[in-house]
Amino acid sequence: MARKELLHVLRDPTTLFVALFIPVLQLVLLGYAIDTNVRHIRTAVLDEARTQESRALVRSFENTGDFDVAVLAADEEELHRALVSGRARVGIRIPEDWSRRLLSGDPAPFLLLVDGSESAVAGQALGTANAVALRESLARLLGDRPLPVEVRPRVLFNPDTRSANFFVPGLMVVLTQIMAVMLTATSVVREKEQGTLEQLAMTPARPGEIVAGKAIPYLFLAVGEFCAIAAIMVGVFRVPIHGSFGTLLLVALPFVTAMLAVGLLVSTLAATREGAMQMAMGTVIPSIFLSGYVFPLDSMPAPFRALGYCLPTTWLIDASRGVILRGAGWAELWPNAAVLSGMAALVLLLAALRFPRSAA
Amino acid sequence: MTPALEARGATVRFGRFTAVDGASLSVGRGEVFGLLGPNGSGKTTLIRALCGLVPLAAGEASVLGEDARRRPERIRQSIGYMSQKFSLYPDLTAGENMEFYAGIYGLGPAEARERREELEALVGLGPYADRRAGRLSGGWKQRLALACALLHRPRLVFLDEPTAGIDPVARREVWNLLFRLSADGITLFVTTHYMDEAERCDRLGYIYMGRMLALGRPADLRALPGVTPPGTRRIKVKGEDASALLASIRGRPGVREATIYGQSLRALVDEGVGPADLGLDPSRVRPAEADIEDAFISLSRAEEARRAAERAP
Ligand SMILES: Nc1ncnc2c1ncn2[C@@H]1O[C@H](COP(=O)(O)OP(=O)(O)OP(=O)(O)O)[C@@H](O)[C@H]1O
Ligand SMILES: [Mg+2]
Repeated sequence: MARKELLHVLRDPTTLFVALFIPVLQLVLLGYAIDTNVRHIRTAVLDEARTQESRALVRSFENTGDFDVAVLAADEEELHRALVSGRARVGIRIPEDWSRRLLSGDPAPFLLLVDGSESAVAGQALGTANAVALRESLARLLGDRPLPVEVRPRVLFNPDTRSANFFVPGLMVVLTQIMAVMLTATSVVREKEQGTLEQLAMTPARPGEIVAGKAIPYLFLAVGEFCAIAAIMVGVFRVPIHGSFGTLLLVALPFVTAMLAVGLLVSTLAATREGAMQMAMGTVIPSIFLSGYVFPLDSMPAPFRALGYCLPTTWLIDASRGVILRGAGWAELWPNAAVLSGMAALVLLLAALRFPRSAA
Repeated sequence: MTPALEARGATVRFGRFTAVDGASLSVGRGEVFGLLGPNGSGKTTLIRALCGLVPLAAGEASVLGEDARRRPERIRQSIGYMSQKFSLYPDLTAGENMEFYAGIYGLGPAEARERREELEALVGLGPYADRRAGRLSGGWKQRLALACALLHRPRLVFLDEPTAGIDPVARREVWNLLFRLSADGITLFVTTHYMDEAERCDRLGYIYMGRMLALGRPADLRALPGVTPPGTRRIKVKGEDASALLASIRGRPGVREATIYGQSLRALVDEGVGPADLGLDPSRVRPAEADIEDAFISLSRAEEARRAAERAP
């Protein structure tokens, strides 16, 4: 049974493609595209002061790395047009008397225009601009004396707070999930469509044997995929694995089992391969949004957070980040493994209860 | 000796719909039993119920001495099943399909190889063993399916429309194969829509809207009293243009039924009605025997009438 299933996979180029290539492609696309760290915000500058000080201010904005001066506006109208057209997300207007006020010790306001349509960009722009202004002010007030209070931030575990480090360990889990659910569901439904499931039902093979025969090759395939994605993560995205990958695999095993069982469950409900495909995606989408893969669980309203903790994906993503970024080991992760094993057992039971009935 | 297969009052329901309604039948060992009936009459469902694949709502059934309700696994170990729709793996080769089923039936490697060779020789599949099953032509697909159903030396084989959609030569070859199996003592339970195949069976059953209307040898069914009712006779008319003949006699008083058979026309007419009454040349008119199709049509009509009468009051 298992050998036959493997032959199916090899003989069916579309399945193989879906199974191996698409996740890798997604990984590369998403891995590069998802970058919530906002950098290089296009900025338009209208410098009416045209003094040494005003140029220094613009430079200190650029030096943060968050702002790129894209437009040098000649007048107010041009500044506005740059923002409206989207050529710039942020506008800086330094008034004519700015240097004079600054040097005479009067408050020296300059105007910061922020395009609020992308909240992440706006937030970052405001934060950085305030920091720049504050630093400039302090420098003026304190001169060469050291700062009275200083924050020395040190971000642990993901030192340069790269998004890739945050996303790729989660992506790895989500892609493995998609593939495990999708492959099992379509493989069983294909047998339904072809009528081969009925033929099998007429043989002495028990439903349990049929299911095991189907699940084993897909289990290997899914685990293999998990490893492949990890390899790409290290090789292409340069996300180092701080903990032991073996430990992570141990936690991933019950997860993959649960996902295969979900696929099986889907196959008992769907009549066609398209239906199965859609239903499988339907199970994946909540996992993407509620598992902490995209949005941190801690910032979710309580009911959603509770829901998130009911999803196996949440637990493996947590473990995956734990091992890869924080170097967590078995001592920290056994609860994840235990929860996932429990979930796997539950879904398997459900699938086993439904499967024989749907085969008839 | 117990019969190979027996059912008493077997009833299968899907929700409120009754697909098989109190069917009783018995098939002797080594017999070729043919089950006929219109589309949707419940043939496939009856087979599935006999194998314990769908539960019986009422009645009982046993196959090879095993109760279909309690021991379906035992039954499945000793029967072969060839489904109506081709249901092997199209992406595996013929040989791989056979290997797979040999594994499923728990044959050891040596036995599997031996059976495979025997069956490939029996059905003549040798040259096609490495061809993907999905690319075989209809006749070869059926032969492959039959070979797969025979791997574990079943004592009874269910064949659900084994010859549907294949050419007459392949059809004959499949039947020759079936007779060879039958000669080896294997009981065959065949469904078909072909009357010539029905004639080849030892015994027949006719199922209509889930009810088993008649059981018996082909000759018995042709001779059923309802087929050529008292006071009527069957005639055969030869003519150049059978369809013109049909149009001319249909609806005349005394004509009960009329259909075309190739170049000739067959009709059921009242006893007193002669060629002259039908405007026919007497030299062209011959008396005719009822055939199996006539038998089935009159059985269906009678059942239809019975149901209508049941609904009326
Ligand atoms: N699983 C099912 N659920 C509901 N109804 C069903 C199911 N299987 C079969 N039926 C219905 O039962 C009736 C009998 O179907 P069955 O397939 O046994 O007919 P059949 O005699 O084999 O017809 P055919 O000659 O077309 O193969 C049909 O009306 C069919 O729609
Ligand atoms: Mg049928």
